[in-house]
Amino acid sequence: MSTQDGKARGVVPTCWVEIAVALMFVVAAAVVIIDSVRVGATWGPDGPKAGYFPFYIGCILAITGAGIVVQALRRWKILAAETFVSHDQLKPVLTMLWPTLVYVGLIALLGIYVASALYIGTFMLWQGKYKWPSALAVSLGVPIAMFLMFEIWFLVPLPKGPLEHLLGY
Amino acid sequence: MEDVANLMHGFAVVLTWKNLLFMLVGILLGVLIGVLPGLGGANGVAILLPLTFTMSPTSAIIMLSCIYWGALFGGAITSILFNIPGEPWSVATTFDGYPMAQKGRAGEAMTAAFTSSFVGALVAVIMITFLAPLVAKFALKFGPPEYFGIQLLTFCSFVGMGREPPLKTIASMMLGFALAAVGLDTVTGTLRMNFGFTEMLQGFDFLIAVIGLFGIGEILITMEEGLAFKESKGKINPKIVLETWAKLPKYWVTSLRSCLIGCWMGITPGGATPASFMSYGMARRFSKQGGKFGEGELEGVIAPETAAHAAGTSALLPMLTLGIPGSPTAAVLLGGLLIWGLQPGPLLFFEHKDFVWGLIASMYLGNIVGLLIVLTTVPWWAAILRIPFAIIAPVIVVICAVGAYTVHNRMFDVVLMIVFGIMGYFFKKLKYPLAPLVLALVLGDMAETAFRQSMLLSGGSITIFWSNGLVGSIVTLALVILSWPLISRGMEHWKKRAGRSERVTR
Repeated sequence: MSTQDGKARGVVPTCWVEIAVALMFVVAAAVVIIDSVRVGATWGPDGPKAGYFPFYIGCILAITGAGIVVQALRRWKILAAETFVSHDQLKPVLTMLWPTLVYVGLIALLGIYVASALYIGTFMLWQGKYKWPSALAVSLGVPIAMFLMFEIWFLVPLPKGPLEHLLGY
Repeated sequence: MEDVANLMHGFAVVLTWKNLLFMLVGILLGVLIGVLPGLGGANGVAILLPLTFTMSPTSAIIMLSCIYWGALFGGAITSILFNIPGEPWSVATTFDGYPMAQKGRAGEAMTAAFTSSFVGALVAVIMITFLAPLVAKFALKFGPPEYFGIQLLTFCSFVGMGREPPLKTIASMMLGFALAAVGLDTVTGTLRMNFGFTEMLQGFDFLIAVIGLFGIGEILITMEEGLAFKESKGKINPKIVLETWAKLPKYWVTSLRSCLIGCWMGITPGGATPASFMSYGMARRFSKQGGKFGEGELEGVIAPETAAHAAGTSALLPMLTLGIPGSPTAAVLLGGLLIWGLQPGPLLFFEHKDFVWGLIASMYLGNIVGLLIVLTTVPWWAAILRIPFAIIAPVIVVICAVGAYTVHNRMFDVVLMIVFGIMGYFFKKLKYPLAPLVLALVLGDMAETAFRQSMLLSGGSITIFWSNGLVGSIVTLALVILSWPLISRGMEHWKKRAGRSERVTR
């Protein structure tokens, strides 16, 4: 995984990601501690207040987060030479991630069945370079199977959009 | 003998056509989940959990636990044929399983893997049958300090026995606890960390976290690695099966040792993955063929598979008797119990006998049925893996989205799932373990309640955790395990120095 030159173009070295994630832990810890103090982290008249337990959790989280930062700094040279992700690796991840984010937005608008059909179809045409007939078959088949299974067999309602309303569901 | 009678009663509960059908469906779904990338035991069961809300609890748990057994079996198929471990504990299976497959001995490797899984699971179930009632009886005496002690032990074992860096294990665990604290505080009724968002009143559901972390996260990782299946032909026929079975008794020592390691590591939680590695390591050290391990040695498949399944199965013992799951999948099953209105813990054994013994009986039957099914259907599963990733990936994302939505019928959960998925991608790449996060998210409320009740009992003094012999030894053991990474590092350091000074004096 490691490359000869850590500063090669299009490569994110592990060290920065390591520090960033550890700092996120510290930030999360700060949020937990501040909120615990807000609701009361001390002993109330009838026992420990709501923030009593989370306060300590926040403290431990802050200490471990800081500890990971220190460890990363001590191993800086090794981590700087390690590749977290290269440009070539990141590209397929993003081609998966973006359509998925759009898909989640579409579920709210069009209902899960239509959104799923569009998502699977687009992905197959665009990523898999499939021909129209096979993409159409899978992208319609899966939502229809889902519809039969959830709405009819198990009676679990899934989010529906304009098309389903038009069909009377 | 009472246990045997209870078990027979359990078989009577299970042996209805409906339950047997659920068992069959469960196993098939389980193997499918185990074979597909991005779906594993934990998130597979989490996604299917909402479908069981309308079933009777006994039928539901039979189907869900069979999905678990099926997923355990399915993991071995991908490890051997494709060198892709379906679950973390099948990593050790790839060491010798894949080389065997490359040499054209895939059928032999798979027969050995399935059979040893079965043996490991069977030994663990027998242990559960006889040990669980005793543990439950014993646990009836537990008060809040003892419960907190046991939970502390659970979490400390992750730190002490895990393969990931200890600090990262603690960080991931604490994040789980922090997320568990979000929402309504059940004791005082105060709202915590919701920052005015009504969506966060109920807090984070761990099922969403499981689906996101293990499902979406896994898909992103798989995309990055670029799926280039190097498949080896997986032919399996009755002749190969019988020939392999004839060879297996020779390895009874390895098998027995692996069962013991598995059972032990399964009860002390976080166990299946370290159990498989430990068992593989021990087998390599003690075997006469030890030098050939890694080149395709049958024993190298038997050892990790037996231990992993013994551990995976015995993880249900603390789940049933103490309400503390030993693995993420056991945690999801525990979540199911709570939803069906069954409070896991010692009382379960007295108040819901039908359910408990039905479940234990279904473990026996499920594993036998599972073994027969996987042995006969391997070629089909291998065919599923040949479906291109451009079809599989979006379909799995759709399944995950449906699963996340059906937990509470909330769109917000689907968004959360994606957030957890991205988190899972980073965590996995930076070697943060995910199991402690999930378990902390599940047990957070319980651990907090036990801690606060203990504090109330003692008036805020921490000495209550050493107030009697039982809780004292549990907590002390937990702390020793917690500091184990430090102790072992200290010992190594000391050994090195001793070695150096010896050389100097010579």
